[in-house]
Amino acid sequence: MEKIKSPLAFLNNNQIRAFLFQVIILVLIVSFFYNAVGNLLNNIESRGIHTGFDFLGVESGFDIAEHLIDYSSTSSNLRVFYVGLINTIVVSVVGIIFASIIGLVIGIARLSNNWLIAKLAGGYIELFRNIPILLQILFWYNLVLVSFPSPKQSFELFGSVFVNLRGIYLPKPIVTEGFIWVMVALVLGIALRALVKRHFNRVHDESGVETNTLAYSLLLLLVLPVMVYLILGSPMVFDYPVLKGFNFKGGMSLSPEFLSLAFALSIYTATYIAEAIRSGIESVSKGQKEAALAMGLTPRQSLRLVVLPQALKLAIPPIINQYLNLTKNSSLAAAIGYSELVSVFAGTMLNQVGQALEIIFMTMMVYLAISLMISLILNIVNHKMSIKER
Amino acid sequence: MAVFKQQVAKKAPNLKIGVIHWLRENLFSSVVNSVLTLLALYLIYLIVPTVVNWALFDATFAPVTNEQCGREGACWSYIIEKLDLFMYGFYPPESYWRPQWVLILALIFVWIAKLLKQHKYKTKIVTTLIIIYPIIALFLLYGGLSLEIVETHKWGGLMLTIVVATAGIVASFPIGVLLALGRQSKMPVIRFLSVVYIEFIRGLPLITILFMASVVLPLFFNEGMDMDKLLRALIGITLFQSVYIAEVIRGGLQVIPKGQYEAADAMGLSFVQKTGLIILPQALKISIPNIVGSFIALFKDTTLLLIIGLFDILSMVHLTSSDENWLGRSTEGYVFVMVVMWIILYSMSRYSKALELRYSTDHKN
Repeated sequence: MEKIKSPLAFLNNNQIRAFLFQVIILVLIVSFFYNAVGNLLNNIESRGIHTGFDFLGVESGFDIAEHLIDYSSTSSNLRVFYVGLINTIVVSVVGIIFASIIGLVIGIARLSNNWLIAKLAGGYIELFRNIPILLQILFWYNLVLVSFPSPKQSFELFGSVFVNLRGIYLPKPIVTEGFIWVMVALVLGIALRALVKRHFNRVHDESGVETNTLAYSLLLLLVLPVMVYLILGSPMVFDYPVLKGFNFKGGMSLSPEFLSLAFALSIYTATYIAEAIRSGIESVSKGQKEAALAMGLTPRQSLRLVVLPQALKLAIPPIINQYLNLTKNSSLAAAIGYSELVSVFAGTMLNQVGQALEIIFMTMMVYLAISLMISLILNIVNHKMSIKER
Repeated sequence: MAVFKQQVAKKAPNLKIGVIHWLRENLFSSVVNSVLTLLALYLIYLIVPTVVNWALFDATFAPVTNEQCGREGACWSYIIEKLDLFMYGFYPPESYWRPQWVLILALIFVWIAKLLKQHKYKTKIVTTLIIIYPIIALFLLYGGLSLEIVETHKWGGLMLTIVVATAGIVASFPIGVLLALGRQSKMPVIRFLSVVYIEFIRGLPLITILFMASVVLPLFFNEGMDMDKLLRALIGITLFQSVYIAEVIRGGLQVIPKGQYEAADAMGLSFVQKTGLIILPQALKISIPNIVGSFIALFKDTTLLLIIGLFDILSMVHLTSSDENWLGRSTEGYVFVMVVMWIILYSMSRYSKALELRYSTDHKN
């Protein structure tokens, strides 16, 4: 008897089904976007919205409190974008540096055999990790505004650093000609130190003799640049902040917005970094340390040569992820008005220009670029750090 | 024969027992440790008395006006007077029973689910409860039929925070499951789309997505479709959160051994049966602690509603402290919100830790 083939039998073929399914999904998505874009074009026409990136060349017409590059209200809107971008990068880098330092200290303190220190570090982590970052930013900002003195009653440190509710005022270093040679000396010192380190490492590999290179390092990194600096007759002067009227003039200042943002970001992210470091160290099995000690390594050596390299291998990827999170969280500055990208470009400028589509798109692209860059770094690090097993 | 008198055992030296021993071992085991201990004590001495004095001993708890509160300590009278705003926002006071019942119902449903244990129809009953709960909750909160309608712009305070976080996680869960499956799929188009979506959203801060949802999104819809502000925020949050859920579930999917897939195939199960009956139940169970973890993250993120102008518990601080009767009390407001948030988040993170221990199948401990 001949089997009667249903005309739909080809649907039982897995490959054909998968193909059809993908086509259907694709059609759905394309038609969804087609529809959305159609609506968008309609809306643009009916509401008379300007489109295109011409607005970037137009004069911005508003002031920005903090800018590291030249900016005034007559600068272009593109300039606003750059100012915001630079401020985002500055606060992120500062935050990353402090978060790493605090995180490292807390992470190690968490494993200290000193009961009080370990408990304090644990308390720190549980306290700051479980409070939303935006709340922390607002809290510190509020605290500065409420409890810091007015400019006339500033806290004073060494007669040249002033702290008040307008921020921190520091002497501003102004380099004169000749300072370039100090930098040259510093770079030279770093390069020479690397060579010296390599030499002694080779000696160690060949003969097993260890040499303490601390003296060389000090000489090359500290003494050399300082000597050059002094020989050239101190080619740097300081511009001190002075109280004039109601405010300080001169010097350089860190605004309360910047301070509270950087502080909150560092404090908050440090808890995650500390946890990453702790779990990295804890995951190195005890046998590794015992084996190292049995080989005759000192406790210091076993920590430096055996435990830490393995711990860091596990800790570094989550730490780099936290750096990315910190950068993304810096966008919360919009709540306190520190002039970074989201606050000044996607905030103030969006209200002025109103071209939401283009502005939000550009802002998103910046963050995407940053996160792509960081994941690229992460991949490279992962590749380098992977333990070469036989 | 010599007779030996039994000697009384010497007591252990004082340095080796009791408090002194503990102190020596844990706080003063070396010079460095002793210095650290003293430093830590000094730090505690600097911080704790100031904070405790401000928050408790110098503080005012009585319901008095701003002027009657001292400036040395906290003025909790402000919190007491504004407590309703912190909890419910502008929700009409005569309807406070509605959000309260939403919460009570949630507890009752969880309790029912617990009672059922291994009941024959457990899955069916629980599924029904999960499906009807959001409908009841929405009905109670928003109103309709005979209940008076409360517009969403009146929702606020802790209530809004909880509603947004819960709705966000519930809405993003199915999308997250689909995205996770899509990312693991063998179909190139599906996998590509899932990966692009996930990586795109993951690179963005939530605030840009919220801005997009509140400013750009309306442009993509038909004119006249006036979308609620809260709904727009929820769409943004769902788009954002589903990606993180997807990554969590992908982690669960990755540890399912290949044999499970092969066994399901050998049994002749279809793709849907295989995924729904064999793979997902195991993957989801493994990911539960991390799903709680991402709920915690979402709960923290709801504070961002403040930036797009919704009145969550954090924005109530702004609002109430600009009341001219209570000027200069924002610190109390922030501290109060911090305490509330901390208690909620800390208990959830404890819960997630406990779940992790319960579900961990490796014998590390």
